[in-house]
Amino acid sequence: MGLVLDFSVVLDRWQALLDGATLTLQLAFIAVVCGAAIGVFGAIGRRGGNVLVERLCGAYVEAIRNTPLLVQIFLVYFGLSSLGLQFSAFTVAAVALTINVGAYTTEIMRAGFDSIHKGQIEAAEGLGLSRAQIYWHVIIWPGIERVYPALTSQFVLLMLASSVTSQISAEELTAVANYIQSETYRSFETYIVVALIYVALSFIMRFGFWLLGLALFPRRRRLGTPL
Amino acid sequence: MGGALNINHLLFLGHGALWTIGLSAIALVGGGSFGFLIALGRVSPSRAVRLLAATYVQLIQGTPLLVIMFLSFFGLAALGLNISPLLAAGASMTIFVAAYLGEIWRGCIEAVPKQQWEAAEGLALSRSQRMVKVILPQAIRLATPPTVGFMVQIVKNTSLASVVGFVELTRSGQIINNSLFEPFIIYSIIAVVYFSLCYPLSRLSRRLERSALQKKPALA
Amino acid sequence: MNAHVNPPSVPPNAPVVALRNVHKSFGSLKVLDGVSFTVGRGEVTVLIGRSGSGKSTALRCIDRFETIDGGEIEVCGRRVDDAGLDVRALRQDVGIVFQSYNLFPHLTIEENITLAPHAVKKVPKAEARALAAKVLAQVGLEEKLHAYPEQLSGGQQQRAAIARSLAMQPKVMLFDEVTSALDPELTGEVLKVIEALAAEGMTMVLVTHEMSFARGIADQVVFMHKGKVHEAGPAGILSSPSTPELAQFVGTGF
Repeated sequence: MGLVLDFSVVLDRWQALLDGATLTLQLAFIAVVCGAAIGVFGAIGRRGGNVLVERLCGAYVEAIRNTPLLVQIFLVYFGLSSLGLQFSAFTVAAVALTINVGAYTTEIMRAGFDSIHKGQIEAAEGLGLSRAQIYWHVIIWPGIERVYPALTSQFVLLMLASSVTSQISAEELTAVANYIQSETYRSFETYIVVALIYVALSFIMRFGFWLLGLALFPRRRRLGTPL
Repeated sequence: MGGALNINHLLFLGHGALWTIGLSAIALVGGGSFGFLIALGRVSPSRAVRLLAATYVQLIQGTPLLVIMFLSFFGLAALGLNISPLLAAGASMTIFVAAYLGEIWRGCIEAVPKQQWEAAEGLALSRSQRMVKVILPQAIRLATPPTVGFMVQIVKNTSLASVVGFVELTRSGQIINNSLFEPFIIYSIIAVVYFSLCYPLSRLSRRLERSALQKKPALA
Repeated sequence: MNAHVNPPSVPPNAPVVALRNVHKSFGSLKVLDGVSFTVGRGEVTVLIGRSGSGKSTALRCIDRFETIDGGEIEVCGRRVDDAGLDVRALRQDVGIVFQSYNLFPHLTIEENITLAPHAVKKVPKAEARALAAKVLAQVGLEEKLHAYPEQLSGGQQQRAAIARSLAMQPKVMLFDEVTSALDPELTGEVLKVIEALAAEGMTMVLVTHEMSFARGIADQVVFMHKGKVHEAGPAGILSSPSTPELAQFVGTGF
């Protein structure tokens, strides 16, 4: 029996695929925005000097980085429901992905903040800036600029990893694929199409972050300094 | 069935954990070998080979592992082969790991200072001699910490083999849960097992990274 | 409350900077061993000595970058050794310029200069920009307003760093080996800026290795040796030192 591929029945469902892809991007967007905020505070917490906070942030990062996302999703899903809280699959997926990417972002941003030279901070102190002002002007923004490529890669990985939320029936792209293949019996074709959509989404995301980088870091735009 | 968590359940989980380790080993060996070829392809003198390797990396790094799992599983079926979860999971992990390790190792090969290439060329070594005798031994030293770090990703990602019915740690937890319905406890246990597999690797990778950083001046 | 933390009125003839019997150790290493000197308004004091003599540490103590173990430091009427010192208020009165410039690389020169006046003193943006133009003109860099630090030479960066400090309108300026990181041909332009400031009556404390510059600019030379003020006096002591250590130091040029 030879391999005969028929994509037509899959491509007929382009509307469902488009909806799935949109949901995937929505999930990724929420997780990236919230995860970046967690990352900034987590990184400050890990550097901040308070031993208890440092330990807590460290434990969070290690716990997340050393367990699979799939298990984290199940834990959030069943943990919330065992507390008697019922949320939509989308909400659970968004929460789990945020917790996950927050840990990675914390670690990346910490590396960025740590790369700021001590002299920069002394210069800011010498000018009378407050601790919060020093963090904002001299540590956070330049620190993020340094690790922006690593952040971009991490966020693209997160978008791809969001496919795992199909296991709790969040209706993103992979869940749509599972549904289409069960209806059409064209499993191989379905996943080929979906794989290509994910490739396209990763390119779109990388391009988006490149544009965002130009907007956020004017020096780079002006001087063409590679990040 | 029903009932409480007992020793048999834990043995079953232990069995699953062994398969997690087994699949990780397959992924490391298979993905490592293939990934090595990818790394060499990425620095090949032939433009066509470089392009081919780069396309592979771009495609795989742009596709979720979960979708690769489904593709292997149903692709093998479409080719008329028997669907074996081990084969599908092993193939998926190999394909996936090769793209990432290949890219990590390419970085390490390129991180060997240019002067080393020139020095080897000056000694009239052939390209393959330069690679084997001069560049790779230095690249391996650079590659060790990130490779150990990536092993953490491999172990964690084997959990996705559960979707094609491969009974590793996560799948065995799901099976137990189907009879006990104590998901939070069971997945907590599973999380702890993954953590105890991954955390030592994370620590080791960081230690290697630190000692590599300290040795750097001697290398330069 | 600490009544002496922020005395608003300082007697007109009081020194701007005064160190009295200051002691400081890093672990078991004694870096300052009873250092005393004073700097009057409009005076230029130059700290010299071999590396490790404690001169840079003494300078950094004035701006509370180091805390001291014993003695007193008074700057612009504030007790710097007081644990309850308002450090940010002190630093608005004291400008400091470092050996490695420490301009903020992600900000333009104008943004580098306007940052502190706007963020700390709440000077409106437009006013801060006018101020930036003024201080940049003072150091001869008015055309570099919109450049980034990496587009400037080392000497220009150091001049910009001086301008950044001047924009806070400090009562005293500290210079910590500000030409040590520069190529010899670039030190002149920076020293000229400092000389101009001295001529305008700015109170300054400098750590420097440039002996001929020190001779020309100093109202007071403080020679430090093994954590102590070994010899101090007008610039003339550089030509006729009274201790063998200073004679040897001047003789070797270091």
